[in-house]
Amino acid sequence: MANLNQLTVAEAAEKLAKRACSSEDIVRAVLSSIEKTDKQVGAYLTVDAESALAQARAADTARTKGENKPLLGVPIGMKDLLNVKRQPCTCASKILNGYVAPYDATVVAKLRAAGAVLLGRLNMDEFAMGGSTENSAYQPTRNPWDLSRVPGGSSGGSAAAVAADEALATLGSDTGGSIRQPAGFCGCVGLKPTYGRVSRYGLTAFASSLDQIGPLTKTVRDSALLLGAISGRDEMDSTSLDVPVPDYVAQLGGDLKGLRLGLPREYFIEGLDAEVEQSVRVAVAKCRELGAEIVEISLPHSKYAVAVYYIIATAEASANLARFDGVRYGLRVDGEDPLDQYGKTRAAGFGQEVKRRIILGTYVLSSGYHDAYYLRAQKVRTLIRRDFEAAFKQCDAILTPVAPTAAYKFGEKLADPLKMYLGDIFTIPVNLAGICGVSVPCGFTSEKLPVGLQVIGPALGENVILKIGHAYEQATPWHKEKPEISG
Amino acid sequence: MNFVANIGLEVHVQLKTRTKIFCGCPTTFGAPPNTRVCPVCLGYPGAMPAMNSEAIRLTVFSGLMLGCKINPYSKMDRKNYYYPDMPKNYQISQYDQPLCLGGGIEIKLADGSKKMIGLTRIHIEEDVGKNMHFAASSGIDFNRAGTPLMEIVTEPDIASADEALAFLEALKEILAYGGVSDVNLEEGNLRCDVNSSVRPVGQDKLGTKTELKNMNTFKGVYRALSYEITRQISELEKGGRIRQETRRWDDLAGVTLAMRSKEEAHDYRYFPEPDLLPIVLTPAQIDDWARALPELPENRRARMMRDYGIPEYDANVLAVDQAVANYFEATAKLSKSAKSASNWIMTTVLAKLTEQHLAIGELKITPAQLASLVNLVEVKIINISTAKEVFEIMFAQGGEPEEIVKAKGLAQVSDTGAIEKFVDEAIAANAKTVADYKGGKEAALKALIGQVMKLSKGKANPGLVNDLLKRKLS
Amino acid sequence: MTSAENKPSGRIDVRYVAHLARMHLADDEIARLQPQLEQIVGYVRQLNELNVEGIEPTAHAIPVQNVFRADEVRECLDHDAAMKNAPLAREGQFIVPKIIE
Ligand SMILES: [Mg+2]
Ligand SMILES: [Zn+2]
Repeated sequence: MANLNQLTVAEAAEKLAKRACSSEDIVRAVLSSIEKTDKQVGAYLTVDAESALAQARAADTARTKGENKPLLGVPIGMKDLLNVKRQPCTCASKILNGYVAPYDATVVAKLRAAGAVLLGRLNMDEFAMGGSTENSAYQPTRNPWDLSRVPGGSSGGSAAAVAADEALATLGSDTGGSIRQPAGFCGCVGLKPTYGRVSRYGLTAFASSLDQIGPLTKTVRDSALLLGAISGRDEMDSTSLDVPVPDYVAQLGGDLKGLRLGLPREYFIEGLDAEVEQSVRVAVAKCRELGAEIVEISLPHSKYAVAVYYIIATAEASANLARFDGVRYGLRVDGEDPLDQYGKTRAAGFGQEVKRRIILGTYVLSSGYHDAYYLRAQKVRTLIRRDFEAAFKQCDAILTPVAPTAAYKFGEKLADPLKMYLGDIFTIPVNLAGICGVSVPCGFTSEKLPVGLQVIGPALGENVILKIGHAYEQATPWHKEKPEISG
Repeated sequence: MNFVANIGLEVHVQLKTRTKIFCGCPTTFGAPPNTRVCPVCLGYPGAMPAMNSEAIRLTVFSGLMLGCKINPYSKMDRKNYYYPDMPKNYQISQYDQPLCLGGGIEIKLADGSKKMIGLTRIHIEEDVGKNMHFAASSGIDFNRAGTPLMEIVTEPDIASADEALAFLEALKEILAYGGVSDVNLEEGNLRCDVNSSVRPVGQDKLGTKTELKNMNTFKGVYRALSYEITRQISELEKGGRIRQETRRWDDLAGVTLAMRSKEEAHDYRYFPEPDLLPIVLTPAQIDDWARALPELPENRRARMMRDYGIPEYDANVLAVDQAVANYFEATAKLSKSAKSASNWIMTTVLAKLTEQHLAIGELKITPAQLASLVNLVEVKIINISTAKEVFEIMFAQGGEPEEIVKAKGLAQVSDTGAIEKFVDEAIAANAKTVADYKGGKEAALKALIGQVMKLSKGKANPGLVNDLLKRKLS
Repeated sequence: MTSAENKPSGRIDVRYVAHLARMHLADDEIARLQPQLEQIVGYVRQLNELNVEGIEPTAHAIPVQNVFRADEVRECLDHDAAMKNAPLAREGQFIVPKIIE
């Protein structure tokens, strides 16, 4: 039998319901796996073992009293930008050193209500800015499949923890691919829900019009399960959609007959790694085998997505990160006057990538440049949205690679920010259009590095992409493979 | 050379909501520092704004009262600048699509003529916190941060300090009328930035303007503007020029001064607030709100003079406050004399309320009860000094005036027999006065009436006394 | 459309922009950021290839409007909790260097 830390969320929930094990057993198994492997992986920034065990025991007591919530006693890890009351929330930045959240993010409150145990804080690129988790101010996170490689980012800790069985499941956030890409690099399932499907309240904002919270899990079923638990309208987030939350798990199953899947010609381009392309093409063939009709489609403005993204995301970030000034929380470096204090605090507290993006975002909004950059980018964003609207008239979902390459070595792209940015070329358009996408393992490179298949759906099409991902997953062996480090 | 001034105001008005604009913290004034705050209004990581619907309604309502065009599509924007009292270091405001456009307020000039001061726009935004100063540092209280404000921007139509004052007073009155703001100046409910410039008569182009920020008393605006306009004119007359700058009004010294702080380049980098969605108002929604619009004070004054025949002075006093005007009208409708009703309210009622620091809504006397009191005097059941006594009782504990009069035996004696007794007594005791009257001294009758009243302890009906005396002495 | 809109120059006054963003950057930091930012700006200028005349800008990914909350009081943060994260506090207030107005 597998160790309890290797369980999926669905398996754990079933075992707990049958009283085959206790929540405390599971949490202890996860804590000991963290103890054993996280020195090498570095997925967690902090783990409050005592609090996790206390929550587990409370869940066990509740169960003996007859309570049976869907996630009762299941431990879930949090990316370090989600506010959990009485826990630190550093966003992997020095500027939030010492900050302790006085409130729960809505997703956290929802998980608590579903009975989940809130585990630890997961490493990330500082303020979610990056694609390799190398921009954490605190520590690197290593890819469990190859410790010399990055786990992807920005939710690198969330993906690595799941891959290394240091968590049953985690939450991450995705602004331009920050859930899907690390899921792809680490061989797990990462879902970026439709913009507005999940409340952002309590998610430290990077780019408010693009950010979404989503689950990183071992299986598509778990992804569906967690999405159901965290979705829904929230008064505290005006952009959360007032649309009923379907039973995503109940809609899983069956083959792909009757579904048309689009292959965008602009996504199979120069720069796409041959092994990655091969894996994705085989996966597409598998989907055809499962009954789907494959159609070629065009998303003509795809090549502009990265440029649009780096204007809009940095512009929004330049305002979102203005609040870190050393007055109400976090790091404070004394100055001669308030402005001097800001200048010094922010210079000392932010890392290179964050500074780079704040400056870029400030620049594209500044007087004289606003229309040329920011406004123009918003207009091209419209064109990108329209591309998808047109595409979804021809197909039910779209299949693409998650990233142009598999996980790369530390430092490989750090010196060249633009090269790093281009790594998000296949995931960014989904955020710009506000639609949903899921990353599902679809094979390995010759170096045994996971490759991800991205299934993109229309707005609120999570049930469709989860069904496709699930059918594909069940027909392939990839999700059962584990890195050596896991145990 | 003669100069004319162009003055434009940006008036920030605190809206009368229970809670802040983007969070559920109450807008109570005077709470201990940082006790009316939450993650949203403290700008915590992850916190998000949620728009208070009442702030929108009150602003649109104000726009309708001020004759603005209501923008069918409007949106919120971020205005980026750093200041310690601003939690997020950007203010959520409105940039290119404010809620209201155009409109105006008619003011009365000293010569009795009228002038329209045009409005450019009205938008909503959040207030900042409050700074306190210690010897070597400053402290910030964020209780006020996030209080809903509407910013009313005028055209540079105002030509003098007097006009500015008239505008502000008219505005204040209208806003109070609509119930959109408490317009309490002491609590900072109304603050304004004042832009002013001067230009030679005959020149169309506006002169270079200066800005006076955050003025919070009308008197201050008046004095600052009087000084600033004179300063600008004399500067130009000396052959100097006006620098575009922000100046500060030093109330003690009575002068405006250029701000000492480094002139920061302002680049607000506005962009649409991604956390808040557009506001789309349908004509049906706007009409629905418009149905509740109050009569504007100026119109009401004219109508009250017409409908109740009260003098302009009375109308001015009564119409300052909508609640007072309502109270007056309800009373007057039931009174035998509207002017008496007006006198009662202007003098006795308002004085008593002021003395006790009460609002008219807290008065224990209903308009019907006050009308009864007015009528008891009118039909001479009681005289005015008795009525004042009855009023005191009503004010303190409420109650119907008739019942109070009855219970306390305060009604005038109109029983001819009883009065005749007093008359006879008075005639018997004042032979000299009687003789004077009979000798042709009309004034002697007054003295005799006084005696009768005294004997009756003030309760005799003076009309009857008069008649009886005349009859007996003729 | 202004000419600047068609052909934004690739030069960035990094020191000035950093000042707008309230970050006191050291000279060597500016020197390092300068070429990186100019490379990125050069890249994003490819958007100028597109004709965007008459295209509505997208500010929100979802076509929703009029989302309001009722004017109802919610619980505030407890004062001590509000001050707990403050790097410097005095008499219940957040302390900053003296503000000169
Ligand atoms: Mg303003
Ligand atoms: Zn609040």
